[in-house]
Amino acid sequence: MTLRENGPLSPYRILDLTDELGFLCGKTLGDLGADVIKVERPGGDAARRVGPYLDGERDPEKSLYWFAFNNNKRGVTLNLEAAEGRELFMRLVEKADFILETFPPGYLEDIGLAHDVLRGVSPRLIQVSITPFGQTGPYSRYRATDIEIMAMSGCMSLTGDPGKPPLRVTFPQSYQWTGSYAAMAALVAHTQRRRTGRGEHVDVSAQACMLWGFSHAHTFWDLNRSVEKRAGSFMTGRTITGAKMRVFWPCKDGYLNFIIYGGEAGRKTNQALVEWMAEKRAAPAFLLERDWHTFNIERVTQEEIDVMEAPIAEFFTGVTKREFFEAVTGRGMLGYPVSTAQELLEDPQLAARGFWQEVEHPELNRSITYPGGFARFSEFSCGIRRRAPLIGEHNTEVYGEFGLDAGELARLENDGVI
Amino acid sequence: MKALEGLKVVEAAAYAAGPVVGKHLVDQGATVVHIESRTRPDGFRTHYPPYKDNIHGLNRSGLFALCNSEKLGVTLNLKKGPGALALAKRIVSWADVMVENFSPGTIGRLGLGYEALKEVNPRLIMLSSSNLGQSGPHAHHPGFGSQLSSLAGFTNLTGYRDGSPQILYGPYIDYIAVGYGVVAVLAALEYREATGRGQHIDLAQYETGLQYLAPLLLDYTVNGNTATRDGNRHPEAAPHGAFPCAGDDNWCVLSVASDEQWRALCQTMDRPEWGGRDEYATAERRRTRADELETRIGEWTRQFEARELVEKLQAAGVPAGMINGMEQIYDDPQLVHRGQWTRMDHAEIGTMSYQRAPFTLSESDSGPDRPDPLLGEHNEYFYRELLGLSDEEFETFTSEGVID
Repeated sequence: MTLRENGPLSPYRILDLTDELGFLCGKTLGDLGADVIKVERPGGDAARRVGPYLDGERDPEKSLYWFAFNNNKRGVTLNLEAAEGRELFMRLVEKADFILETFPPGYLEDIGLAHDVLRGVSPRLIQVSITPFGQTGPYSRYRATDIEIMAMSGCMSLTGDPGKPPLRVTFPQSYQWTGSYAAMAALVAHTQRRRTGRGEHVDVSAQACMLWGFSHAHTFWDLNRSVEKRAGSFMTGRTITGAKMRVFWPCKDGYLNFIIYGGEAGRKTNQALVEWMAEKRAAPAFLLERDWHTFNIERVTQEEIDVMEAPIAEFFTGVTKREFFEAVTGRGMLGYPVSTAQELLEDPQLAARGFWQEVEHPELNRSITYPGGFARFSEFSCGIRRRAPLIGEHNTEVYGEFGLDAGELARLENDGVI
Repeated sequence: MKALEGLKVVEAAAYAAGPVVGKHLVDQGATVVHIESRTRPDGFRTHYPPYKDNIHGLNRSGLFALCNSEKLGVTLNLKKGPGALALAKRIVSWADVMVENFSPGTIGRLGLGYEALKEVNPRLIMLSSSNLGQSGPHAHHPGFGSQLSSLAGFTNLTGYRDGSPQILYGPYIDYIAVGYGVVAVLAALEYREATGRGQHIDLAQYETGLQYLAPLLLDYTVNGNTATRDGNRHPEAAPHGAFPCAGDDNWCVLSVASDEQWRALCQTMDRPEWGGRDEYATAERRRTRADELETRIGEWTRQFEARELVEKLQAAGVPAGMINGMEQIYDDPQLVHRGQWTRMDHAEIGTMSYQRAPFTLSESDSGPDRPDPLLGEHNEYFYRELLGLSDEEFETFTSEGVID
């Protein structure tokens, strides 16, 4: 059965006119088999200049950022600012099921490609418009990169040390949140279309997508007018005394994430840790004697926490991340080491599940190891089906469908249309 | 009409990773039944603040409310023997989709594993969301999303180069998995439309998180580079960071990705001469002098209100934004414009601002249109009217403590 091999979205074609903010949308739908065609400006998308690069070479065909988020896409070049480019685009639209785009609000209208115009050609078309703040509203024309989105969504107010500037995650997060939630939006509209036969215009806001990135911190304000704030490396909000718990502990080769929790899970974890420390003769008498059944996290004071944490901190400095991981998995404790890329690549769990995928890059004479599909489906495959496109790689293949021959394509290239 | 009207979903799920999948589905019109038990309610009702007025109560949790708006709340004690199993299977035969996030193996021990359920309903789409996946040597390891965000490498990328990793608020990675979980369910639904076949989806929160870090994983696999945290700095753009504004703990951010934006920033700061200075002429030079530059910019920004400053910078073409605090996002003019919050009355919480989807559809409606359910609020309605239990059956299940 072809859907089983090619994925459930293989009957559908997607035109992807996104920048970094939307890359993961098309990539994710491509994991599910969609025929995604990345439409780049002649010369290639600006994001091909986003690092890191293969061998550190700043070459638009060697951006690992591009490789990672544009696999599962074919690639054509097209100049939408040229009249002939727009004509060609409209022919692509006729055969497309979805358009994904990240242009500033109003741009497509200005060049004569408003949603109504596109839907006029194809009433069943779903247009997913992805922008930092949405298509309309007071900030809709604001320029924003990752850090502005992280700031205005509220995320940054919850990260960083008190007394120092709020922080973003050093590697952009908002683009991926927005891209993957845009994939959700596209499929919601698609589900509706199965019933109605009609497409629609989907307006995705990156600022709004990031609201889920900080979970429920805002509900403290909504319910009780108290404000959750950044607390650096500590966990707050679990005690009525205001005591805070350490989350990150230096160990022999990096950091560990471990928290003194309460409740049943906390009891098991604290007990198991003390047993482990005792085996290494590192558990002081007061920890050995502690009855974790009566330990009430809500009422613990900072002084008590500090006294408990001191020998634990001492113990962890002699432990490697691997030893810690073996201990938490073997003893059923909560906690994980803080992984680096290397440790992720060496993780036996991911290896056992066949998570990593080798993808051939014939033009580079090599294969590259990628993270594989986002989920395992019992009925069909999900993952990388093709590497990211080279600039204009599928011009002949895609435009050929519309009867454009080599001579015509050469002329269009000459005229700067493709 | 909402896009997912008619879709029937049952959640044997608690906390965030399972129920927020259902939250997104219910927002788009699905009928979603959230199963709990009085002996073991959803942990968000019992163990996680905030509670309204800081008073504990099963129906006072802001976190539960956020994750479960508009769902039908029913009780079913899955550990109550054959009667419970029989009732659960009746619910499954009613449903199109089942979402569960027990630790792997648990649902099978309850007699509700996929192999058993597909006998009852071959069209069932079952989503199992777990920490590390249903298979593999560490499948059974219990974990919280707040710590899994470290195993997946996110906290390693948060903080300063020479300092400790820092936490991301809450179970960050759970909500990444949630987005993918909804995508997975809708893709399986598409497949079922075409083939008539249901299926099981094994969603590992860990593996979904790594999707967001893919370029850095490639940087290791091809170049051997190990990415690390570097505060608010950017590998190319400079200046790039957070700067103090007037008042107490008010901040803005700005980022300069081109020399043109740099000159625009200098103009806005009334320092046009800096735009011409050699030592700041290129991004590379500005990065080398980032400490000095950030101090100077901070001296300028602290004279202004964040909002005023951001408007000024945006008008000049420099990307900038205010750092919204948790007390500000409900009034953020853009989010308000989009109708991001729906204020509804909840029987015990009072008025609560429920969250809507991060996207809008031009021709489909969306919710939520009702608050989250009280524990067991919809037992009568769901079991009798939707599932079609007779009075006698309902009484029996209730008296046996199956519906508790």
